[in-house]
Amino acid sequence: MEMANGRAEVGAPDEIQVVTFKLGEEEYAVDILSVQEINKLLNITRVPKAQSYIEGVINLRGNVIPILNLYKRFGLGTQGHTDDARIIVLQHNDIRAGVIVDQVSEVSRLKTSEIEEASKIYSSINSELIQGVGKMNGRLVILLNLHNLLQV
Amino acid sequence: MNMDMSQYLDIFLVESGEHLENLNQKLVELEKNPGGLNILHEIFRSAHTLKGMSSTMGFEDMADLTHHMENVLEDLKEGILQVNTFTIDVLLKCLDRLQLMIDNIREGQPVNVDNSDLIDLLDHIKSGEPVEARLETVALAMPVSQVPDEVELPGAADWELNQFDLTMVEEALSRNMNVFSISILVDPGCMMKSVRAFMVFKALEEDGEIIKSEPAAQDLDEGRFNEGFQLLLVTSADERVIVSRLNAISEISIRQITRLDLNRYRHGSGVPAEKTVQRASAEDEPDGQSVPEINRTQRFRQTVRVDIEKLDNLMNLMGELVINKGRLEQIGDIQKLPELNETIEQIDRITTDLQSVVMKVRMVPIKQVFNRFPRMVRDLARELNKEIEFIIEGEETELDRTVIDEIGDPLVHLLRNAIDHGLEPPGKREKLGKPRKGMVKLSARHEGNNVFIEVTDDGQGIQVDKIRARAVEKGLVDAREAEQMSDEETIRLLFKPGFSTATNITDISGRGVGLDVVKNKIESLNGEVVVESRAGVGTTFQIRLPLTLAIIQALLVAVGDETYAIPLGSVDETTMLDREEIKMVQDQEVALLRGNILPLARLRQLLQVPGESGDQETTYVVVVRRADRQIGLVCDSLIGQQEVVIKSLGKLLTGISGLAGATILGDGKVALILDVGTLL
Repeated sequence: MEMANGRAEVGAPDEIQVVTFKLGEEEYAVDILSVQEINKLLNITRVPKAQSYIEGVINLRGNVIPILNLYKRFGLGTQGHTDDARIIVLQHNDIRAGVIVDQVSEVSRLKTSEIEEASKIYSSINSELIQGVGKMNGRLVILLNLHNLLQV
Repeated sequence: MNMDMSQYLDIFLVESGEHLENLNQKLVELEKNPGGLNILHEIFRSAHTLKGMSSTMGFEDMADLTHHMENVLEDLKEGILQVNTFTIDVLLKCLDRLQLMIDNIREGQPVNVDNSDLIDLLDHIKSGEPVEARLETVALAMPVSQVPDEVELPGAADWELNQFDLTMVEEALSRNMNVFSISILVDPGCMMKSVRAFMVFKALEEDGEIIKSEPAAQDLDEGRFNEGFQLLLVTSADERVIVSRLNAISEISIRQITRLDLNRYRHGSGVPAEKTVQRASAEDEPDGQSVPEINRTQRFRQTVRVDIEKLDNLMNLMGELVINKGRLEQIGDIQKLPELNETIEQIDRITTDLQSVVMKVRMVPIKQVFNRFPRMVRDLARELNKEIEFIIEGEETELDRTVIDEIGDPLVHLLRNAIDHGLEPPGKREKLGKPRKGMVKLSARHEGNNVFIEVTDDGQGIQVDKIRARAVEKGLVDAREAEQMSDEETIRLLFKPGFSTATNITDISGRGVGLDVVKNKIESLNGEVVVESRAGVGTTFQIRLPLTLAIIQALLVAVGDETYAIPLGSVDETTMLDREEIKMVQDQEVALLRGNILPLARLRQLLQVPGESGDQETTYVVVVRRADRQIGLVCDSLIGQQEVVIKSLGKLLTGISGLAGATILGDGKVALILDVGTLL
C-alpha cells in the first residue's frame, strides 16, 4: 500500500483509520478521511429517471446531495430501514454523496498489511467497487473503493 | 518577476485584458473610420497604458511589442502614415500575440515569446517616412535603460519650455484656463510608485492636460523616479479643486503648487527653433486632444473590483436567507401570532430588497460578450470575401454574470452561421438587386423577466428544400415524411443532432458542431431559441433567456406525496378540468381550452410517481409553453407560487431529462424543479 500518503496517520504509516458500518450481516468500511459526517435519516426526495441505486436527494444544510442505496448497488436484496439506519456523507475529489447504512459500528484502525486486494476475492462487477477486504481481530470488513463508487 | 509585484498580478491581468479588448474594438472602428482622430487617440492611450503596465510588472517582451505598436500608432496619429487594411491587420495580429502572452502569464508559464516577426512588420510599416519625425519618436525609448541618479527635484521654476510648449501655455491662458506647476512627493515606502503617478495623472487629466512632466511621462509610467515628480498642468479647474483631488490619493503629498509665470519663459532659451517647429507641425492638434480626454475619464466611475467567487458566495447566502424566510413564513402560518407575522412581513420586504440588490450586483452588460464580435466578423468577412455591415444594438442590456459566461459560444456559432450560410457573396447580391454589403445585426433587449438576443441577417434565408433533402440524406426523416413537413417543422430539423447544411465544409462552420449544441446550451440556461426565415429576405435567430438563473419564481404542484416546482417562466396558465372534459384522441388525452385543443400529459406517469391516482372528479392542469406549443400538465393539486433557489443536483445526477435542478422548500424538504423543455 502507499506509504507516501500516510501523513495523516503520523506515527503509524502502516495502518489507516476507517469507519465501519453494517449492511445486513456484512460489515463494510470507508477511509475516515473521506467521511464528512454521519446523519440520521433525513427526508429523501426521490429523483425520477435516475439510476436505480440512487435513492434520491437530501437537503444537507442548504446543499442538495444525492443518496446511494448500497443494497441496490451491490444487488444485496432490499433494505429495511431501522432506527439504527444512518446516512454517511462521503466526499471524494469534488463529488459529495451519501450512502444509507443499517448501522454505524465504530471507528477503528486497520493495518494495511491486513488488507487483501479485492481482485483476489471477487470476480464480479462488485470487485470494482471494492478496494479490498480487511481482517480486524478475526472480523472481515469490506473496504469500499470510493473512486469507483462515486463515479459519474 | 519581482516578488513585490505578485500581489498586483491579478489587477494587471484584468486591466491588460480590458485594454486589449478596447484596442481590438477601436482598431476595427478605426478601419471603418480612418480619419477618426478621437479613436486614434484612444487607441494610442490604451497601448501606452498597456506598455507602462507590462513594463512595471517586468514583462519586457510585452512592453517591447507594445512600444513598437505605439510607434506606428504615433505616426498614424500625426498623419505621417495612413490607416490601411494592412496596418490594421498587423496591429490586430499584435493584439493576438499580446493576448497570448497574457494568457501565458495567467497560467504561470514563461512569457518569452519571440516577437521579432511582428516587430519587423511594424518597423516595415513605419519605414519610408520623414526621417526626422521618426528619429524623434524612437529616441523617446532610449533613456529607459538608465535610472536617473539625481535625487534633487528641479525647482518649480526650472521648466525647460520649447516654442511648442509655450504656444500651448499661451493659448490655454488666452482661453482663461489655468496653468499650474505642481511638484508631487511620493512616500518613500510606496510600493508601486508608478501606480501613484498614474493616479495623479488620471486625477489631473479629468479636466485638464498635463503638457509636460519631469521626469518624462514614460519614466513615470515605469516607476523610474525617486521621491517625486513635477508636472505642468493646463486645466479648467482651480487650485482648490486640484489640491483636494490630489489629497484624495494616498501615499503622495503636494510639495508645491504654483501658477506658471509665463513671463519668465518668454525670452527663455528653449530648444533650437527649427526642431520645435517640426514637432509642432507633427502634433498640430492640441485642442482636439483635450476633448476626448474628458470623454475617457468619465468612464472611470467609482467602482470596486470584486472577486466573482465572493459574489457567488453572496448569492448562496442570499439563497439560504430566502429558504429560511420561507420556513419562518410557514411557522408564522401555524402559530398565528400577530407580532411574529408583522416581523416576518418586515423580513420579507427586506429580503426582497436585498435580493434585488444582490441580483443587480451580479448583472453585467452584455457588451462584455458583444465587444469581441466586431473583430471576429471583420476577420470572417475577409476570409470569406464577403462585405458586411455589422450592427450591434442594445449592448448595455444587463444579464446575470453566469449567463454572460455561457452565452458567448452560442452567439459565435449563430454569427458564423449568418455570415457563412446566410449572406450571399457580394457579386450575387448585386445581381439580386441587394446592396453589396450584407447586413448582420446583433441585438439585445429586456422584456419582462427575459432578455431577448437576436442575430439577424439580410441574406438568402433558410433554404427549406435543401434542409429536407439533407434530412432525408442523413436519415433523420424518410422521404415521405419530409414531403409532408411544413416549412416550420423543417426548420426545426436544423436543431437535430447530426445536422449540418454546409455543403462544402468551410473552416468557419460545418465542423460537425451543429445548431443542436446551441439549442442545448440555451435550454440548459432555461431559455429557448426560435428561428424566423424568409427566402431571399433573411433569417433571424432569436434567443430568449431568463434574467437570472439563481432564484426564480416557480409554481409548486403536488403529485401523489411528491412536490415539484415548475418555473413560472414557462407557465401560461392553470386551470381545473372535470373528468368528463378530458377526451381521448388517438390514444392521447386532450382537453378543449377556449376552443383550442390542448394535449395533456400526466405528471404522475411522466415522473413515475409511485401509487395510483385516485379517481378524482376534478384535476388540476398547468398549461406550459414549450417552443411554440402548449401542453397541459396534469397534477393532483396546486400548492402555490413561490420564489425558489435553484440548486444543482450534482455531478452524479447530471443529464436527467426533464429536471432543471432542485430547490429546498420552507420545510427543509428538497423539491425537484421541472424542465419543461426536456420533460416531454
